[in-house]
Amino acid sequence: MSTPILEVRDLQVHYATPHGPAQAVNKVSFDLAPGEFLAVVGESGCGKSTMLFSIAQLLTYPAETVGGTVRFNGVELTSLSPEELRQHRWRDISVVMQSAMNALNPTLSIGAQLADVCRAHTDWSDAKIAERSAEVLAMVSIDVTHLKSFPFQLSGGMRQRAMIAMALLLEPQLIIMDEPTSALDVVAQRSLMRQVENLRRQLGFAVLFVTHDMSVVSHFSDRLAVMYAGEIVELGTTRDVFDRPRHPYSSGLMDAFPSIVGAARELTGIAGNPPSLVDPPVGCLFAPRCAHATDECREVRPALVASADREVRCHLVNPRRVS
Amino acid sequence: MKRLSSLLGATWRFLRRDKKAFAGAVIMLVLLILTAFPSWFTPDDPAAEIYSPGMGLSWAHPLGTTSFGQDVFSQLMAGARQSVMLALVVGFLCTILSVVVGISAAYLGGLIDDGLSLLTDVILVIPTFPLIIVIAAYTKNANFWTIVFVLVFTGWSYGARQMRVQALSLRNRDYLLAARARGESSWYIISVELIPPMTSLIVANFLSAALYAVLTAAGLQFVGLGNVNTESWGTMLYWAQNNEALAAGYPLWALAPGIMIALLGSALALLNYAFDEVSNPALRPVTNRRRRKALA
Amino acid sequence: MTDAILRVTNLSRYFRVGGLRSSGTLHATDEVSFEVAPSEIVALVGESGSGKSTIARVLAGLYPPTSGEIVFEGEVQGKRPSRRVRGRMPMVFQDPFGSINPVLRVGHALERSLKLHRPELNAAQRDAEAVVLAEKVGLLPGADVLARYPHELSGGQRQRLGFAQALASRPSLILADEPVSMLDVSIRIGLLNVMKALRDEEHVSLLYITHDLASARYVADRMIVLYAGRIVEEGTTDEVITNPSHPYTRLLMATAPDPRLPLASDTDVADLGEPPKVINPGPGCRFAPRCPLAMDHCRTSTPAMVQLSATKRVACYALDAS
Repeated sequence: MSTPILEVRDLQVHYATPHGPAQAVNKVSFDLAPGEFLAVVGESGCGKSTMLFSIAQLLTYPAETVGGTVRFNGVELTSLSPEELRQHRWRDISVVMQSAMNALNPTLSIGAQLADVCRAHTDWSDAKIAERSAEVLAMVSIDVTHLKSFPFQLSGGMRQRAMIAMALLLEPQLIIMDEPTSALDVVAQRSLMRQVENLRRQLGFAVLFVTHDMSVVSHFSDRLAVMYAGEIVELGTTRDVFDRPRHPYSSGLMDAFPSIVGAARELTGIAGNPPSLVDPPVGCLFAPRCAHATDECREVRPALVASADREVRCHLVNPRRVS
Repeated sequence: MKRLSSLLGATWRFLRRDKKAFAGAVIMLVLLILTAFPSWFTPDDPAAEIYSPGMGLSWAHPLGTTSFGQDVFSQLMAGARQSVMLALVVGFLCTILSVVVGISAAYLGGLIDDGLSLLTDVILVIPTFPLIIVIAAYTKNANFWTIVFVLVFTGWSYGARQMRVQALSLRNRDYLLAARARGESSWYIISVELIPPMTSLIVANFLSAALYAVLTAAGLQFVGLGNVNTESWGTMLYWAQNNEALAAGYPLWALAPGIMIALLGSALALLNYAFDEVSNPALRPVTNRRRRKALA
Repeated sequence: MTDAILRVTNLSRYFRVGGLRSSGTLHATDEVSFEVAPSEIVALVGESGSGKSTIARVLAGLYPPTSGEIVFEGEVQGKRPSRRVRGRMPMVFQDPFGSINPVLRVGHALERSLKLHRPELNAAQRDAEAVVLAEKVGLLPGADVLARYPHELSGGQRQRLGFAQALASRPSLILADEPVSMLDVSIRIGLLNVMKALRDEEHVSLLYITHDLASARYVADRMIVLYAGRIVEEGTTDEVITNPSHPYTRLLMATAPDPRLPLASDTDVADLGEPPKVINPGPGCRFAPRCPLAMDHCRTSTPAMVQLSATKRVACYALDAS
């Protein structure tokens, strides 16, 4: 068992609101092995993007990391100074944002932006920068003539691929992706995921991927974490979690997808709304919406318990032994 | 008019909370009272040259007298009217013009937009102060309305550009398309759906146009281009300067109107600074208990 | 069908593009013909650039058509629809955050719809009806929700409101332009069920515009597949899903993300997903550059719609019964 490339322990993030701090990420812990693809899935507002930005040390007011540790290859990221962090940024960890149209500078050509990244983190010569830029564009199947193109001249799918090319420039060990496919059409989405998968096999980087649409990652991720109201409620091998979800929220989610195969059936989704993060319920955060909630569920917050290579946060799955 | 009462209610709650806005509102209120009822505050007729010139501070003359023997304090109080009225009238007219021109250009588009934008840009580029001086000098006996005209003519174009840009950015929002799709008339769309989200910009526009009016008018009057026989803070400055008030030992004659002008300007700036929250419901905190629970 | 609510014939909408030096005509939608029957949900399926939203916006009266004929409830429509027609064929928009005016209470647009299209109601009746409509789409308690501002509602609630507004004018056909695309996947089902209820209980037809085959399958009775401004395939949902004929439809089926399906192998899907921008097009099938079955004939002549069965039509030379 190799040492994990990323170790997150008890990560806590608060958002300052006029009514008090909102617990956006509530003591989240997990490991990421080198070269592993971990997908984090959940509804809007569950804290997945916040958690991602906290790990990448990119949070700004009103969000604030108030607890926990993030170790990258043994180095504690939260205790580094901005200058020390810069050494890790892009070289070890790079980020692909949600909407390439917003993340790419509309007034600079693609080539200029790639060069910008290189110059910020390396001391490469112009020739080397040009060579590497052409290389990464080829990796994502973008014609090298597009180095001179501006973002508005590329289609949505191409822009997103350009973002991925940018993330690969310095051969990082970990790429963090925040819903990179949500603005894309079906075919472009599939193509992008395939590209990411091929590159991962080729170059061996790990991927931490956040999305609200788990069907996008279902064929690509190694493990799947389901987040609800700032906590991880289930974590296991992707196929396992899909086929045999144990947490009531996970099964509700799996069931909320209409399918193009199989018999047509009536789906109901999950009734209710996520809880207030400023004033959360005392017990299980999902209990108000759970069809199987018991009194214990409403009174005691369940812990994330591991068993047979699945972690689940649910009293019904892990009954507490009264000693 | 449910919206108006909700706006007023929000304004009151807001003013109570934000210190800067509250200060600005208080100053403004005092000046407005002065403007409306100057005779309550003028112990003497401001123009009456009945006292000995250059007297120092005393209970009878809290700010001394001018070199003509007029009571400075009375002049100061009387002068408020012209300055405040100028600010409000010019602010109001400039805003109307910029809103009409800017929003029409943005909403109607095409040749109308091109034409109005050209007009706006040409007027914008004209250097204001020299133009003002030329116009004011040409009209010789510049009364209140001449100054208003000059200020509005030179002041509306900046705001028009801002309105146009913001209206353009809002024009393709889906809620405007939705209004068109359900069959609303253009008038309705502009007045009910387009202008309300622009309220904070419009108010900011009004306040900055008013500020511009105050300072520029004071400048004009100081140079002697206003009607120097009327009572206003700018003309006080003019007379004080001409009679070398600072050198001659009655500095308050020059300082007092200067301070009042600065006070009016500050009130406008403080209110401007803080108005955003009132017009945008999303920025107001949810105070209704029932609604807060429903959100959870 | 003589009693079709909507019959569109050879509808085209072109846009002029380009700056001072170059100019061209973008064929956003080209000679599209289809019908919608009463109490039916028809899905217009396609990627971006397929023209699906353009068709909806032309029908909603936001742009006039460049050519073609629109017959709604038996009447030929002119350049702009009348207010009555706008009420009978309202539109629901895609963006829950942009489609409601942020400074007005959410009940406002609903009341306006009622005021414009149901003049027989007085103010008190309008208020009551607004509450009924809100509750019909699942916004409970109606009066409470209508008094809120948009930022206090979730995305799903705002989209439900969009349907309530559409219902206010007693429509026979609702144009739903990607109503669930910007919502979380787990919330979409609620809205899709609302759409089904509108068809089954209110007997309203819907033209459901989407790029998601799975949701189209869930709600639609018939499917029309669009590519680069033209219809390539049309049929009942079952037919199109279980037996896709056109190569583009097959591509969509193969790439639709579905965890229950095994991943299609690499050789099936090498496509990068780049639909063309159709500027100054010549004749020829627009899918030919990406089509595995393309022949020379496909590139020089545009295929016409061919009736494969009573309900299925396809525009493809490769499938023509030889």
